[in-house]
Amino acid sequence: MEDLLKVRDLKLYYRTRRGIVRAVDDVSFDLRRGETLAIVGESGCGKSSTATAIIRILPRNIDTYEGSIILDGVDVMKLDDGRFREEVAWRRISMVFQGAMNALNPVMKVGFQVAEPLMVHSKLSRSEALSKARELLGLVGLPSFVADRYPHELSGGMKQRVVIAMALALNPEIVILDEPTSALDVITQANIVNLLKKLKREESLSYIFITHDLALASELADMIVVMYGGKVVEYGTAEQIYLDPKHPYSQKLLASIPTLRTDKKLEFIPGAPPDLVSPPPGCRFHPRCPYAMPICREKEPILHEVEKNRYVACWLYGE
Amino acid sequence: MPTGNLLEVRNLRVWFPIRRFFREALFVRAVDDVSFDLRRGETLAIVGESGSGKTTLGKTCLKLIEPTSGSIIYDGKDITRVSNKDLGWYRREAQIIYQDPFSSLNPFFTVYKTLEEPLIVNKMEGDRSELIYKALEDVKLTPVEEFIGKYPHMLSGGQRQRVAIARALILKPRFVVADEPVSMLDVSVRIEILYLLKELQDRYGISFLYITHDIATVKYFSDRIGIMYAGRFVESGSIRTVVSDPLHPYTKALIDAIPDPDPRNRFAERKVIPGEPPSPINIPPGCRFHPRCPYAMPICREKEPILHEVEKNRYVACWLYG
Repeated sequence: MEDLLKVRDLKLYYRTRRGIVRAVDDVSFDLRRGETLAIVGESGCGKSSTATAIIRILPRNIDTYEGSIILDGVDVMKLDDGRFREEVAWRRISMVFQGAMNALNPVMKVGFQVAEPLMVHSKLSRSEALSKARELLGLVGLPSFVADRYPHELSGGMKQRVVIAMALALNPEIVILDEPTSALDVITQANIVNLLKKLKREESLSYIFITHDLALASELADMIVVMYGGKVVEYGTAEQIYLDPKHPYSQKLLASIPTLRTDKKLEFIPGAPPDLVSPPPGCRFHPRCPYAMPICREKEPILHEVEKNRYVACWLYGE
Repeated sequence: MPTGNLLEVRNLRVWFPIRRFFREALFVRAVDDVSFDLRRGETLAIVGESGSGKTTLGKTCLKLIEPTSGSIIYDGKDITRVSNKDLGWYRREAQIIYQDPFSSLNPFFTVYKTLEEPLIVNKMEGDRSELIYKALEDVKLTPVEEFIGKYPHMLSGGQRQRVAIARALILKPRFVVADEPVSMLDVSVRIEILYLLKELQDRYGISFLYITHDIATVKYFSDRIGIMYAGRFVESGSIRTVVSDPLHPYTKALIDAIPDPDPRNRFAERKVIPGEPPSPINIPPGCRFHPRCPYAMPICREKEPILHEVEKNRYVACWLYG
């Protein structure tokens, strides 16, 4: 399968009073058409910042924003903001934001909220947009009367479906899902995940799935990027990461997941994630790493291929 | 440690009236006829989806919410019959840890002040700062000096939850309601906090009511489990039996919905029941779960099954089990 999206050396630094926050620091990965790439890591590892950097929805306090984002052979980082908004955002890459279901407008009917972007972006008339909105709601498994309801009349799972319908409105090729189920109950979560699987198959979507929950990531991910402290520490197929994690951080992260069906002693990662204003020198994980060696404190390991299509940034696996 | 039950809840009902102009009042039946025992030094997990009444149940056990009927017997005393102004002792013995450490801590209070507050309110004698240091050491926020002057926004989610735990435990309670104590935290931090609670339980003999929607975490911090659906227990028993061999169709559905980390998960859709829990205003007749139940029979639509013992210490409310 071809590469639909290639992200190379993406950097996103924020300016704050405390100094420069290096939230995304040289992140690279590929997303193939029809596949799902999961970005996993703890809070503050830069996974959501990576998403907003890709779809270019950024706060004002940007210090550095560079690298390349090659969509179907074209580096969209080279487009100015206006053209990016017109040609790429929502049309080719869309996003379901974390907690978006709670950001629906409470005084507007749901159908209109789904229709509004269609009127703005696709220049559809009001009635065309509304009928397309009903179609979209059907696509995400909602009955058509939902279009005439207000958000408070819907359950959490239904609101999440509405938000997914909005992300699909302009037929994007890539949908970024930022913790799309984290506020939902487990059964509702499983229903939404099944919907995402079905949409992926039927609409041949590609997902970038952002989550801290590796068990949940396994429901969708073909490829996995493990992030720590703004950096990619490991990148490989789901089989490689789940069955044979190489980086000590990936190993620890997997060992900390509560499982229902297997009995294993869980581990946790002592210490806290690094401060991205002044990350530790050398490998950013070394203060928490059980295998830290002298070199880890001094020199930063670079992400390199250890097996075919398998990348790790760790001194345990040589240069 | 004395054995036996610390808490016995019998036929507890918590109904909230909705008054309607010139029409008869409706009731939100948040907790509807719940009975259970909590033994000394054990953890009972209450598992259910949002709206199942689990938080209301926990708060009612602390008498933060008045029950509509039923009894709550704590250490032999029925606290539903004691007026709130005579419950000072219970306010010290029974504590709560809230779900969201981002909003349950006062942003203008330092860690020290957060922990001093309950000592002042309850007029505790003795050296306050010594108690505060001890409490912070207990929750492993060490070196204590590094944390004591910090405000909540300077702490990570896990650290904030440790402060909330220290605040709940500083009065040496015997009964603690932990209401979703880890659901706002990263998966990698959850286990650390649950192990900490377990350790503190072993050290101080605290009984916990662990309220959660995440059945995957219960076996790391609970002895027994009660599954709640629409205000009622549908199944209860020891963790091992309920999780490895669920009887009630709802318990089965909850367990089936949870993925274990396995790269093969992505190739198939998960078996899952449709729909959402009923509104507590409009609870279906018969078994409350019947509209979503894959095994629903005619009797389920008509008569409500009662929780009965099907094996030793194993209770189920389902017509499939007679």
